[in-house]
Amino acid sequence: MRNITKKFGEKVVANKNVNLDVKYGEILALLGENGSGKTTLMNMLSGIYHPDEGEIFVNGEHATINSPNDAFGYKIGMIHQHFKLVDIFTAAENIVLGINDGEKYDIKDAAAKVSVISEKYGFDIKPAKKIYNMSVSEKQTVEIIKVLYRGADILILDEPTAVLTPQETEKLFAVLRRMRDDGKSVIIITHKLNEVLEVSDRVAILRKGEHIATVNTSDATEASLTEMMVGKKVTLNIDRSEPVNVTPRLVVRNISETNQDGVRILKDVSFTANAGEILGIAGIAGSGQRELLESIAGLGRLNSGEIIYHRPKKDLPVSFFHKTYAQVVRMAKEGKFHYEDGTPVNFDGMSRVRIRKLVNDGKILFNEDEIMNLRDHTPLEIRELGVRLSFVPEDRLGMGLVGSMDLTDNMMLRSYRHGKWVFVDRDNPKQLAEKIVSDLDVVTPGVGTPVRRLSGGNVQKVLVGREISAAPKVLMAAYPVRGLDINSSYTIYNLLNRQKEIGTAVIFVGEDLDVLLGLCDRIMVISSGEITGIVDARTATKEEIGLMMTGRKRVVENEQTTE
Amino acid sequence: MTMGFLNWLLLFIPRAIMQGTPLLFGATGEIITEKTGNLNLGIPGIMYVGAISGMTGAFFYENSVVAVNPVLGILIPLVSCLAGSLFASLIYCFLTVTLRANQNVTGLALTTFGVGLGNFLGGSLIKISGSAVPYFSVSDVSRLFRAKLPFASSLGQIGNLFFSYGFLVYLAVIIAVVASVVLKRTRVGLQLRAVGENPATADAAGINVTKYKYFATCIGGMIAGLGGLYFTVDYSGGIWSNDGFGDRGWLALAIVIFSVWRPALSIFGSYLFGGLLVLYNRINVPMQMIPVVQMLPYIVTVIVLVSISAMKKKENLPPASLGLSYFREDR
Repeated sequence: MRNITKKFGEKVVANKNVNLDVKYGEILALLGENGSGKTTLMNMLSGIYHPDEGEIFVNGEHATINSPNDAFGYKIGMIHQHFKLVDIFTAAENIVLGINDGEKYDIKDAAAKVSVISEKYGFDIKPAKKIYNMSVSEKQTVEIIKVLYRGADILILDEPTAVLTPQETEKLFAVLRRMRDDGKSVIIITHKLNEVLEVSDRVAILRKGEHIATVNTSDATEASLTEMMVGKKVTLNIDRSEPVNVTPRLVVRNISETNQDGVRILKDVSFTANAGEILGIAGIAGSGQRELLESIAGLGRLNSGEIIYHRPKKDLPVSFFHKTYAQVVRMAKEGKFHYEDGTPVNFDGMSRVRIRKLVNDGKILFNEDEIMNLRDHTPLEIRELGVRLSFVPEDRLGMGLVGSMDLTDNMMLRSYRHGKWVFVDRDNPKQLAEKIVSDLDVVTPGVGTPVRRLSGGNVQKVLVGREISAAPKVLMAAYPVRGLDINSSYTIYNLLNRQKEIGTAVIFVGEDLDVLLGLCDRIMVISSGEITGIVDARTATKEEIGLMMTGRKRVVENEQTTE
Repeated sequence: MTMGFLNWLLLFIPRAIMQGTPLLFGATGEIITEKTGNLNLGIPGIMYVGAISGMTGAFFYENSVVAVNPVLGILIPLVSCLAGSLFASLIYCFLTVTLRANQNVTGLALTTFGVGLGNFLGGSLIKISGSAVPYFSVSDVSRLFRAKLPFASSLGQIGNLFFSYGFLVYLAVIIAVVASVVLKRTRVGLQLRAVGENPATADAAGINVTKYKYFATCIGGMIAGLGGLYFTVDYSGGIWSNDGFGDRGWLALAIVIFSVWRPALSIFGSYLFGGLLVLYNRINVPMQMIPVVQMLPYIVTVIVLVSISAMKKKENLPPASLGLSYFREDR
């Protein structure tokens, strides 16, 4: 590829003067941050986009690639990050889709050919299986066979490991090596350094659409690659503070949930999220993480179990805000309060006026945190109970924010009940939006811009900013850095860490094990709706967690904290 | 009692088939269209345009010759019907595929346009023919279209049941069967279905999405247009009256759902709906209950819709990208 330039509109330059060579019999890694133009560049090779400038040569000859069919003509095949498969078709039907070789269309013939390819490279696939019945890794296999079936000699894989477990990744790498030894060129697009070092022969680094360098993997180190990738040295270690004042905040006991099809999504899940701690949740995508968080947030329908919230009250004053006079007197009788100097409270013989004054003056303090069960409460009821729970859902523009509404309106989703008479209050949300924009460096023309127009990182900053502004006691974040570049990711990590330091119980669902190990205090692993263990993030290894993710290893419950 | 019922059935079934045939053309055409993801709500309009185009061709041909030539008498209405419905389909394709307009709005507008055009041309032809009553007729052409198979009368009841129709009735069945085989068993069918399920996937596989959408929508529209032609030159005996085609186009759309996007099933569905459409004529119902009987096809459609979504079988769901425009360079 010579001097390739691609623009989207006038302003966005996805690739600028890129030069790239790929040889037969090698694995080339294309490394870069999110939005560095890796996928766009490869889409031009596979005929999805056309370059605005520059030329492509295949086997030394000038090539014009205007469509995916042209690309197949040059024996170039691409496996996209988002699988391009037809759900209701079988594997074989998907594989032969788009082939016009002039031969008679015979799906049985095709299935036989698929089996031959599978054997050659060591795939495990049933040609007659429907795509919607397949696991992610099986779908990826179909995608790879699809390009091999067309006789591709140049294979491009876009972030192939993003959806795989460490074990499945190993299997994929073995297949890629077999293809390389077979004389094929393999290009893998990735931003995971360890994979680059493990599988590739050479690395090409892109930054902001420009080609920075191509180096031999054997000459590269994690540090040197990172430096080329991000342009400045970024410490790979996340600042993780030691947890202080760790007390149980949210205790989940034996919850189970069954979906509409009768499949059990959560199986007897129990764990404790502590204040002042980040609890990581690791697992293959779709193992029940989403349902778990939603059931805590009051969106699920549990079959059994309980969700106990420890409302932070210990040594805090009693008030009549949530309690009636009679309740206060009864609780005092049960010995649940003390004075500032620690002596137990006894209201016997005191007048009603005296008791009211003591409480209103803040002299009466709780002995313990208040305990309440959140199960079967709606999100609104949970909020009215005084539970400060914030939730950053994985589906940002579906559950978290409304894409077509502006920043201010999105802030109002949390405060629309405040205001005078039928009119909502727009002033405070507007100020909050402006504060989030300046505090978190959100890049936006203004708070009146629809959220949909912001980039992924900025959308996430708006969402996280809004949730944190509610001063949560429990903060749940599902894949908060998905699709964000390194700098935005670190902003989010720091925000989560900051919440932990001020005593919030943080629950963090993540996909990158390095991040989970670097950010969290404890990591809970979920596999097919079951907790396969909770490990200390400071001592656990990736292999261990990977095995637990696939359910092949279990760690017997070893809670550090007691209830 | 049983003999009475049998006789009733022998009279009823041919009526149901004749009523069902325009619906079958419409449904088959719409299934082929929808399989590429184009929800063409303009089908009722296209059937109108097909009907009036065929009638116009027949009218001018019949009025320009002394004796109608059997071959030209069939070919001219047929070709003008196909040309008219192709024209209407191309409007839809250009707006929704090339300009990516909203499919629902475009379809509904096309139906309004098609009905209006049909009534306008129909009214003009009535005026030209100098008829005193609000209709014109092409009886010679109609006779050609209604010609029964030669051996029909010699076969008694069997002949009456199976062979007593004009050739378009058989053509409708043949087209539906061929469409079914093509969709299910050929490469073209596979690629066509892929376009309707997931156009981005089809595009990445090197299938020309735009071409398939145009191709299927135009073929589908032309097939649907034949339904209009059948209704006027055969079923109505070559008589055109404005708004005579009624709501049959919408019934055809209902059959698409009823037959869960399968052309072979739509043969059964069309005859069933055709039967339900004229059932009130054949049973004793009080006058005020007739609209209730006429509602039956729609009630059946609702029941089918509810039960297919309750079954949750992915193969029975509408094409996944139905009603959506496809943008390639969308990021």
